[in-house]
Amino acid sequence: MKTLFLLCGDVGCRGYESRQVYDKFLELKADWFDIKFTGCQGLCANGPILQVKPGDIFYQKVKSSDVFEILEKTQKNELVERLLYTDSETKKRYIRTDQVPFYKKQTKIILRTNGLINPKSIDDYIAMGGYAGLKKALTLQPENIVDEILKSGLRGRGGGGFPAGRKWEDVFNAFETPKYIICNGDEGDPGAFMDRSLMEGTPHVVLEGMTIAAFAVGSNEGFIYVRDEYPIAVRNLQKGIHDARKKGLLGENIFGSGFQFDIKIKRGAGAFVCGESSALMRSIEGKIGEPHEKHIHASEQGLWGKPTLLNNVETYANVPYIILNGAKNYKKMGTVDSPGTKVFSLVGKVRNAGLIEVEMGTTLREIIFEIGGGIVKNRPFKAVQTGGPSGGCIPSEYLDLPVDFDSLKAVGSIMGSGGMIVMDDCDCMVEVARYFTKFLMEESCGKCAPCREGLVQVYRILEGITQGRGSLEDLRKLKELGEYIASSSLCGLGRSAPNPLLSTLRYFEDEYIDHIKNKYCVAGVCKVLTKFEINIVKCTKCGLCFKACPVDAIKILDDGCYKIIEENCIRCGECRSACTFNAIRW
Amino acid sequence: MLDRNNDNSSEEVIQALQDIQSLQGYISRENLKEISRNLGIAYSYTYAIATFYKTFSLKERGKYLIKVCDGTACHLKSSENIVDEINSYLGIRNGETTSDQMFTLEQVNCLGACAMAPVVSINEKIYGNLTRKKIRNIIDMLRGKK
Repeated sequence: MKTLFLLCGDVGCRGYESRQVYDKFLELKADWFDIKFTGCQGLCANGPILQVKPGDIFYQKVKSSDVFEILEKTQKNELVERLLYTDSETKKRYIRTDQVPFYKKQTKIILRTNGLINPKSIDDYIAMGGYAGLKKALTLQPENIVDEILKSGLRGRGGGGFPAGRKWEDVFNAFETPKYIICNGDEGDPGAFMDRSLMEGTPHVVLEGMTIAAFAVGSNEGFIYVRDEYPIAVRNLQKGIHDARKKGLLGENIFGSGFQFDIKIKRGAGAFVCGESSALMRSIEGKIGEPHEKHIHASEQGLWGKPTLLNNVETYANVPYIILNGAKNYKKMGTVDSPGTKVFSLVGKVRNAGLIEVEMGTTLREIIFEIGGGIVKNRPFKAVQTGGPSGGCIPSEYLDLPVDFDSLKAVGSIMGSGGMIVMDDCDCMVEVARYFTKFLMEESCGKCAPCREGLVQVYRILEGITQGRGSLEDLRKLKELGEYIASSSLCGLGRSAPNPLLSTLRYFEDEYIDHIKNKYCVAGVCKVLTKFEINIVKCTKCGLCFKACPVDAIKILDDGCYKIIEENCIRCGECRSACTFNAIRW
Repeated sequence: MLDRNNDNSSEEVIQALQDIQSLQGYISRENLKEISRNLGIAYSYTYAIATFYKTFSLKERGKYLIKVCDGTACHLKSSENIVDEINSYLGIRNGETTSDQMFTLEQVNCLGACAMAPVVSINEKIYGNLTRKKIRNIIDMLRGKK
């Protein structure tokens, strides 16, 4: 059996020059091994990631200069010790992928083949059991498929968690034809890249899920709406569609069953609001992407006024698994009301930042501290932000909260599409609220007044507080504005827009008051309210801060100690980020 | 309700704008007129679409398009510092181009490479874990290449 090297070719690892590593493998090509450039393997923080099969050996931070040694040692059945995953606390080394703590707690359904196959090879996907779900589906009655999805309890992974089966049923029952299938790949939440990784890494699972959906509801035409910032996803999906057509898995007469379905890619054009279903359909029609009132559901009158089934990328990716293994087995994973798994992009101040998939009901603590390996530089955990701009910040007292649609909602956040951003004591909650409000203010389509005008007012107040101009009266105004926007905006984006503000106010009101009353930013982020100093007790005189300072505001004193010259300091905080001993205080 | 077949000229607008933009990096007034003529739709409609969607630039961009990510992860890791540095080092603000037509600065919402925050992409190539000093070096390097 040939040795197989699986090298991660996702954006994160490419940023760490995995392309050069790949080229080096090609340069040293020999008969005894194969090299594959795969989709995301997960542990982006330690990229480029390389797995060796057989043996499932896990190497990280691989450089092109390591390739020769890897090949030499692999041939001799030896390990390259220094490239193995090493626990930063215990110094323990792990050899196999499934032993690495980052992977141990994960359950991979959606990402099962991501990172194990060449995304551009349909044969790779089929060899891993791909399209078996579709093959089986075509032998079933459409109503049985809809029923199976209903029974599985699958909830929409795009944010709201609406039962997918109910949408399928409605479109199935709709009289009008033609019917359309839409896949929402307009992943606009900042800090989220699950759908990108999936579309890039395993495009066929999305295509397969859509085709099953089309057969079930009786549609012959589908669209994938892909965010404009994801050119590789577009390329891989295009290649996937092309190859699937050639193999008779898409187009006329799929699997010889007589069923006909085809998929077109529509590229988004950089409007966050187009992630909202009614806006997205307008955009596919070539119109301005503004949301509409939803007196009539898309399942009756959607795209071009016809019955339309709209689900998100990850929702469709669940479908082949459910059809193949049955709703009963699917429901064994996750919680009663949120079955299955969820993919998250675990990022921010967490050690093992990357792409993960866990069963619903896994606690935040397990995700952040076991899979994520805890907080960078062992700083204290402050909050985790889920759900993107429509979500909220969850404080440490809820670390043992099981992650599912309903429990996140209960604490003032939402599941959202799966961004999970970890924050430590160097992150200011007022600034986080300001950031999201600015984002939403700029992305508001401007159609309805509460969102368009309300967010501007919220932003002005928040900006004032971060610049030391706040008053206690502002807090009352913020709450009032937040509640007003939430209750009177037209679309879901507007109604959830105050979540970042309201959740930080709910859990971190002290921080707001600190900014206002004491003119002090406890996180050392708000420039006007912060002053940095070197803590001589902790300082080891290593000079990292001195090298990092972009404005030469750090001077060496006669005794070798460092000092920050206050008048020169621009409070950018780069010294604090550079210091590995937490010796910069504020 | 308009039937799809009567209405598919507008369906093509976004695609047409995207094609032109990827070909020449921006969309000129002439391009807008041409698209409107070819698809048989009003100039005002094409203009509305081109200005609603953020991707489209009606101004010529420089040789290197620097997109600074301001996604949540990048923001927490001080992406503002990177923007500040480019502001002062190149003298351009968000959306502006240097007078020698070398660099254009654009702040974007998320590039999806959150694990290596803060990141920028320059002509689609990703640079991660940036600091003020690193971005300055990258700009110098690109300048040297001309």
